[in-house]
Amino acid sequence: MKYISEFRNGVLAQQIAQQIASEVKPEQQYRLMEFCGGHTHTIFRYGIPDLLPTNVKMLHGPGCPVCVLPIKRIDAAIELAMRPNVILCSYGDMLRVPGSGKMSLLKAKSLGADVRMIYSPADTLKIAQDEPDKQVIFFAVGFETTTPPTAVIIEQALKLKLNNFFIFCNHVLTPPAIKGILEPAKHAGIKVLDGLIGPGHVSVITGSSPYETLAKNFQVPIVISGFEPLDILQSILMLIKQINQQSFQVENQYTRAVSAEGNAKAQALMAEYFELRERFEWRGLGEMPFSAIKIKAKFKHLDAEQCFHLSKTTSCDNKACECPAVLTGQKKPTDCKLFNNPCTPENPLGSCMVSSEGACAAYYTYQPHHYKPHTNR
Amino acid sequence: MCLAVPVKVEQLLEDQQAIVDLSGVKTTISLALVDDIEVGDYVILHVGYALNKLDKEEAEETLKLFAEGGI
Amino acid sequence: MALDIKKGTIEMAHGSGGRAMSELIDQLFLPVFDNEYLQQKNDQALMTLPGNRIVMATDSHVVSPLFFPGGDIGSLSVHGTINDVAMSGAKPLYLTAGFILEEGFPLSDLQSIVHSMAEAAKACNTPIVTGDTKVVEKGHGDGIYINTTGIGVVSNELTLKPSNIQVGDKILINGSIGDHGTTIMSARQDMNFSSELRSDSQALHDLVAVMIKACPTIRCMRDPTRGGLAATLNELSQIAKTGMLLDEAQIPVKAAVTATSEILGLDPMYIANEGKLIAICPPDQAESLLASMQSHPKGQDAAIIGEVIEDEHQFVQLKTEFGGKRIIDWRYADPLPRIC
Repeated sequence: MKYISEFRNGVLAQQIAQQIASEVKPEQQYRLMEFCGGHTHTIFRYGIPDLLPTNVKMLHGPGCPVCVLPIKRIDAAIELAMRPNVILCSYGDMLRVPGSGKMSLLKAKSLGADVRMIYSPADTLKIAQDEPDKQVIFFAVGFETTTPPTAVIIEQALKLKLNNFFIFCNHVLTPPAIKGILEPAKHAGIKVLDGLIGPGHVSVITGSSPYETLAKNFQVPIVISGFEPLDILQSILMLIKQINQQSFQVENQYTRAVSAEGNAKAQALMAEYFELRERFEWRGLGEMPFSAIKIKAKFKHLDAEQCFHLSKTTSCDNKACECPAVLTGQKKPTDCKLFNNPCTPENPLGSCMVSSEGACAAYYTYQPHHYKPHTNR
Repeated sequence: MCLAVPVKVEQLLEDQQAIVDLSGVKTTISLALVDDIEVGDYVILHVGYALNKLDKEEAEETLKLFAEGGI
Repeated sequence: MALDIKKGTIEMAHGSGGRAMSELIDQLFLPVFDNEYLQQKNDQALMTLPGNRIVMATDSHVVSPLFFPGGDIGSLSVHGTINDVAMSGAKPLYLTAGFILEEGFPLSDLQSIVHSMAEAAKACNTPIVTGDTKVVEKGHGDGIYINTTGIGVVSNELTLKPSNIQVGDKILINGSIGDHGTTIMSARQDMNFSSELRSDSQALHDLVAVMIKACPTIRCMRDPTRGGLAATLNELSQIAKTGMLLDEAQIPVKAAVTATSEILGLDPMYIANEGKLIAICPPDQAESLLASMQSHPKGQDAAIIGEVIEDEHQFVQLKTEFGGKRIIDWRYADPLPRIC
């Protein structure tokens, strides 16, 4: 058992696809959203939409911490990177994300900023120890999957008594984000989603139980799914069955990795070092209460926001940008006036185009039959 | 949000570290977020940390469900 | 004065055109690259070329790290340019080598690289007949940059180019994709991966000769280096004004490449190769071309990976192992590892 190839078996995929086809009611619409960027990636990588009946539509959620980070925070990271004596460490995902004025961390690097790409937060501690004369700042982003590793390095930084190490914390929480997607439609009295493919690796940490109130309040079935294509197909089947039965349960398809309680050790570590922010602005979803975390006040000597004075920027997204509607499933990427002209993956104007898993970027890259691409090809 | 892969634990090291293997590629990761890991276990690897141990029986159960054509 | 190759380093004087530079050339470069052309000690090389259709190609090499499993910047620079020449069906004949060295670069490393280049050139029968050396101040270079230019000759009957490509043609590759790029990425110190991955850096002119003999009507060949298979096929589609449909199940990928790509969130389709070529040929020739490739040591894992199709959008598409399709888009820049 290797846990990978067995879950990518093409023959089994066809079987599950046939089951899906026989389960769907021909007159019913099934609008399913996957929250996680990783799920979006798998769906397109394996051509899953081609295996589904035409009345099963996949909508793509904001589950990419890159997409939902507001321009202000990217500007702040770039500002920190441009300071003399600072080494800014970042995951690869963030390096090309454009902030204001077409700047990005990679562009800042080309202008002389010391920006280092890291694979693991552990690398940042090593850099801090190797360069005691520099101030090393870790640009921490991510949902609950990526937050526990940051907590581990906070613990280690304290043990090592590092005085040149800081974290610019942009960790965000998943259940409030799901609420942020489902709420606008509920207020408007319409339903835009029939089912949600719940986050897989986030749930490894949080457990599946936090989603139960969401399923009940918004009357939408949620299936926590693994990341292999067979996992997603099975999760789609499970959602369709629930929709047919008008049931709104949380089901766990990713049982080999996810439990109801989640990873208690990781949760305890997060609780030790982080606390909730009262409000946090999400790109595309607006300001949401208690949706993000910051480093606890007693560790403020590690908090970049406390130790470095950051200028207040008021940058905001393009007014014609339809990301809020696309993220909440109310509009398609092609409904946005900016889509493909001028908003493209090379020149993204909003969160949905910024990362390759954003709804608009995925649409642009993988389904160009529905529109004519810009003539620069 | 989510890029994580199942890897096999080959060797336990001190300081809560371990050497893991994926199809012949070996790397050293941290076990700081998990407990009771033994050589031969499979864990989910994300940004250099094991997030959880994979449950073999549950995995086999899931595969059986696929083969039966869903639930 | 004798160079201290073991412990010495490059100094600004080595690029100044004076005696120091002469000593560097005489003691480090000439004995290793040794051939009748360099022995003339001219600033240029005088050669007689057989035939009158000359192919020329140039490439600059800035790879980091300089030394990696399967090669180094030296062998890479020789193989890369030989391949560029060979993709036209030409027989590579001569090479030049230009070096930009950073002050402080260890002479022992330079010697290893030069030996590597000489061995690679000798194996291909393409002597390095002329060259140049410059030195830049410390901090203004990455140790060493190399430029190589190659010259070859091609027969009158052979004009391979992308515009030859027609709908219905088959697409072939000589082996697995992504080996070089993933090896380079794994070799970065901070990545701490170890595996049996090796760069596939190799010269392909001998394989090309066998292929042309088996199938003189090959439309076009290209080596998918930076940007990977995806970039090369997109370039070809755009020039030929056709689409392409690939079969994922037929594209060879080594297990270690797949594993490293999984961990880092990369796609082998976009990762550099240094010992692979794409050949596009008429459909009725595909099987015999494939057989000729597989009979050669550099084409043992060769495969027919797709075909050229009619498509006004000129997309490169991939039929997945699931039967669905996805577009292999033409990315703007190099892929970066991701966490999301």
